Amino acid sequence: MSTTMSFRSASFRSSLLRPLAVAALAFGLAAPALAAEGAPKPPREEWSFAGPFGTFDQGQLQRGFQVFKEVCASCHSAHLFSFRNLAQPGGPSFSEAQAKTVAEEYQVQDGPNDAGDMFDRPGRLSDRWPSPFPNEQAARASNGGAYPPDFSTLAKARTYEVGFPGFLIDILTQYQENGVDYIHALLVGYEEPPEGFALPEGAHYNKYFPGHAIKMPQPISDGQVTYSDGSPETTDQYSRDVTAFMMWMAEPHLEARKRIGFQVMIFLIIFAGLLYFTKKKVWKSAGH
Amino acid sequence: MSGHSTFEPKNPALKWFESRLPLVGLIHSSFVAYPTPRNLNYWWTFGGILSLMLVCQIVSGVVLAMHYTPHITLAFDSVEHIMRDVSYGWLIRYIHANGASMFFIAVYIHMFRGLYYGSYKAPREVLWILGCIIYLLMMATAFMGYVLPWGQMSFWGATVITNLFSAFPVVGPTIVEWLWGGFSVDNATLNRFFSLHYLLPFMIAGVVVLHVWALHVVGQNNPTGVEPKSAKDTVPFTPYATIKDGFGMVCFLIFFAWFLFYIPNYLGHADNYIPANPLVTPAHIVPEWYYLPFYAMLRAVPDKLGGVLTMFGAIIVLFFVPWLDTSKVRSGVYRPLFKQFFWIWVAVCIGLGWLGAKPAEGGYVIAGRILTIYYFAHFLIILPLLGLFEKPKAVPASITEAVLGKNRGAAPASAGVSTPQTKG
Repeated sequence: MSTTMSFRSASFRSSLLRPLAVAALAFGLAAPALAAEGAPKPPREEWSFAGPFGTFDQGQLQRGFQVFKEVCASCHSAHLFSFRNLAQPGGPSFSEAQAKTVAEEYQVQDGPNDAGDMFDRPGRLSDRWPSPFPNEQAARASNGGAYPPDFSTLAKARTYEVGFPGFLIDILTQYQENGVDYIHALLVGYEEPPEGFALPEGAHYNKYFPGHAIKMPQPISDGQVTYSDGSPETTDQYSRDVTAFMMWMAEPHLEARKRIGFQVMIFLIIFAGLLYFTKKKVWKSAGH
Repeated sequence: MSGHSTFEPKNPALKWFESRLPLVGLIHSSFVAYPTPRNLNYWWTFGGILSLMLVCQIVSGVVLAMHYTPHITLAFDSVEHIMRDVSYGWLIRYIHANGASMFFIAVYIHMFRGLYYGSYKAPREVLWILGCIIYLLMMATAFMGYVLPWGQMSFWGATVITNLFSAFPVVGPTIVEWLWGGFSVDNATLNRFFSLHYLLPFMIAGVVVLHVWALHVVGQNNPTGVEPKSAKDTVPFTPYATIKDGFGMVCFLIFFAWFLFYIPNYLGHADNYIPANPLVTPAHIVPEWYYLPFYAMLRAVPDKLGGVLTMFGAIIVLFFVPWLDTSKVRSGVYRPLFKQFFWIWVAVCIGLGWLGAKPAEGGYVIAGRILTIYYFAHFLIILPLLGLFEKPKAVPASITEAVLGKNRGAAPASAGVSTPQTKG
């Protein structure tokens, strides 16, 4: 049982919380970041934003946004995501007018007005992305007891165990795509359960989900979303696109980070070189 | 050693000031004229690197505190607000989060260096103990800092670590409630951790001042472990140590920047991007990497109180190293047996760190027990006995002899090689 795994845990936890926590796990509501033992490692995919010079593919982010909006957003919230983000640099590069149009498609509650009443108005750029459910209980009630996780930081909130010596090599290769590789694998990982696997009522078998029994039914299938740029309308392509979009949502300044990082590196390396030769010259006189 | 300053101001205004408060003279004697052994290697640059990291953490932390909200309903989102909406907030936050790890990497290298070259031995016992106190304060500061983003690992890490105090008989539960400010890790806990996380770095800075003061009284150790005997054995801090430390710092910053800009979440936990939820326990509750060896020791002991005492004992034992090491020879360079045991001990520490990240089951627990026993045996049995039985190598008469003697030995050899070449 995974709850008791990493610690002689029971005695250290509040006796009040523990039964609840165990119950949550038993109902498949927990969303552990680490893949459980026995789940296969997700394959490492090619991502445009990987590596020291990685940037987002704007077309991909726009397609990913479309998948998110038309499919995922009907159950998943993204409460840290604002409409204005759609037009900010380093993202899907929608124009401000396009982002405004998207915002206006939604009704947002505002108020109270001078009469003290709450009222609905079309969304604005400054509004956050509207959540599909008013609260967690409503989300659970509509999803068979499971709570669809918020998308805002999800691409950084998932990973899998790499193991030795891979985790050391990942430092050198700058591998940080654990989350997106896992999410992509999960989205294409729906299968028929192997014989003898006791699938709980209302759960679905997924090769990559820890414990394999996931409450989310296969969310997307071939041809479900119509792309306007001629990209293949396959489950694999959809999941790649939406996962890239999730990465941007979780790390909106990724491009700036890598760009500034390269400038800093160049500066530091030249500075270190100058210091090294200065040091050599200074120490020459010490006669050593 | 930094007693009398050779600094004599020429400027009349400075002269006036200096005769009332000799501040510039103090700086001059501490960081300019201060004699440093001429044979210091790059392991000695980590003291300067640590000062740099402390400043880096305080400056970035003060800026973060301007945008952070210490409340359980707002903390997670305020950190994400820093990441998304504050100008270069992502940079400041990643500097602070990765800077903590870099601080610990540097402090571990600094401590290993001290242990290898016998920098804790007389007359540097107080210097060493002040360093141990800084290390303890760093651990407390880092722990409380990790709680502030109020992610899943923040919450559960805080729950597990504060619960350790409940192991103490009679007073345990009272201490834990006092730490929490309630009956579970909650808003009161977060708020006080924020307050203390802001306070402790300045306490660290205070002890660092004492640490540097003690260093300047007894002088730096050096790779030979032989005290400087004449002016020839030392060079002035500026420019010699300044430029060398500067080069070391910039190299360290390159290493830091690699993590900061390219793999900023590598040293953290993915779970901490999930907002704290008291009702859902993460599958693995793992502390930050720099606590892992101690976490492994905690879990190696089958008794809760015993585990807690073992964990604290692993740090407490460091305070007594100056008296546990009985050898008359200071530097490990001239101690053939000690050298081997030192590296075994380093490997044991790394092994414990690896085990700390593994689930506490089966072979991992057995390995954890063996390594824990070895960790303590190194200090309590091996170090005292080595001093009695080991035959140290001949120690050079002076630093200059160690440095120039080496060169004198090498010079004829290189001349002998180059002579035929010039002839040919």
